[in-house]
Amino acid sequence: MPVVTVRRLWKEFGTQVVLENLNLTVDEHEFVTIVGASGCGKTTFLRMLLGVEKITRGELLIDGQPIASEPGPDRGIVFQRYSLFPHLTVLQNLMLGLEFRDARVLGRLFGTARRRALDKAQSLLDAIGLSAARHKYPTQLSGGMQQRLSIAQSVIREPKILLLDEPFGALDPGLRADMHEIILKLWSANRMTVFMVSHDLQESFRLGTRLWVFDKLRHDQQAPDAYGATVTYDIPLNGRRQAAMPAPAVLATA
Amino acid sequence: MPRLVNLQPNRGGTLTLGVLPFLLLLAAYLLGSNARLTDNADDKLLPSMTTLVTTVHQYAFEEDRRSGEVLLWVDTLASLKRIGLALGISAGIGMLCGLMLGAIPYVRALLAPFIAAVAMIPPLAILPILFIVLGLGEVAKVTLIVIGVAPILIRDLALRAAELPAEQLIKAQTLGASSWLLSTRVILPQLWPRLIDALRLNLGCAWLFLIAAEAIASTEGLGYRIFLVRRYLAMDVILPYVVWITLLAFSMDWLLRAIRARFFPWAEVT
Repeated sequence: MPVVTVRRLWKEFGTQVVLENLNLTVDEHEFVTIVGASGCGKTTFLRMLLGVEKITRGELLIDGQPIASEPGPDRGIVFQRYSLFPHLTVLQNLMLGLEFRDARVLGRLFGTARRRALDKAQSLLDAIGLSAARHKYPTQLSGGMQQRLSIAQSVIREPKILLLDEPFGALDPGLRADMHEIILKLWSANRMTVFMVSHDLQESFRLGTRLWVFDKLRHDQQAPDAYGATVTYDIPLNGRRQAAMPAPAVLATA
Repeated sequence: MPRLVNLQPNRGGTLTLGVLPFLLLLAAYLLGSNARLTDNADDKLLPSMTTLVTTVHQYAFEEDRRSGEVLLWVDTLASLKRIGLALGISAGIGMLCGLMLGAIPYVRALLAPFIAAVAMIPPLAILPILFIVLGLGEVAKVTLIVIGVAPILIRDLALRAAELPAEQLIKAQTLGASSWLLSTRVILPQLWPRLIDALRLNLGCAWLFLIAAEAIASTEGLGYRIFLVRRYLAMDVILPYVVWITLLAFSMDWLLRAIRARFFPWAEVT
């Protein structure tokens, strides 16, 4: 069964049609990169997957079930900015997801449970190269370090789906190569399905196993809001990579 | 010659400049006091340093002949108890209501307009009501300060909670946070430094309400003493008391700032 099924999906804000008639299915462990002009509804689509934007018409199914109307731990998210918790250190930011899962009342773990969570956080810290900074606060980190942490923070709950909203948009081009390596490593280790919105075509072609281009098929000069965007190109990419990537043991055991 | 806006005093210079206005004020007082006392040795408006020192010694180190108490300390303790208790209660109410208002839209819809209206009531205008309903004891005085300070804290903290980036709250939910965990582990901890800032800004108000309440109905307290000795034009008592109150307020401000820096280093401006 496909992980994500989109059937005749429409999104409108008042009279403005943003997305029209999307029909798509995405299987487990696909890496979908989404490109398109500004304001064409890429981020709106991602926000619908996240559960913070309502569907106007049509169906959006996760594992055959209508998507929940609020964000949940089955769908992780990495924003371009602001998704770290400034009052927690690097290690505490990573542990938070595990504490939310296993300590529903206090939100804090103790004893063996805490040690297990620490081990898991530590192995992720090693994977993203932030061990040395584990007691620093987010504001003390560079932009690249913050985004690495934000990705790891989302992955620690092992979401079925990981949503990336221009995660590297604010980073230097030189840093992006490292980030690509990390995201591919985490993707292959965790069998998640990834949706990544990006402005960078090269990055999108390099990372994805599938590339979607969002664009408008019809234009009306007199009523620019009358028609919405849809997926105009659906390009399979990097066909051999899924088979070729071995799962690193460090995360599989965590 | 560099522009004036680019000239920075060095450390010694900063210190000297900072002390200068205090010294000027002191010098102006001494000159004025001297001039008036030469004119009229019985002048009470600007007492001499000798008189001030004698009076301070009498109030701070000698037992009062009538009550057998050392007045300055009795007054200080009474006032600090009241203001401390009131600020503690205000902080508790402010934090709880601010958090709920900021985190839960239904609570915000229910209480925000009400609190906005209550915050506009001039607390001193309802002081008579407090005295009538609660009596002339400690409860009325503490309540006055709480009524004056708590609504401001609530509104400030609710605003701050609402200012947290939506990304953070969504992220926490994708990590599995319930409303409870979102409030206690994401929003609340980020409100603590703001609470301290808000308390610091409201110290002036709190002292104002305290002294007003003490002036009207009390048997001890810094505000009570000032208004008591006013009848005898006892500037030699009033002036040291004012300086002492200022010093106390300043110390509380400094203490709060130190607590913030010590316990919430992540909130310090970098």
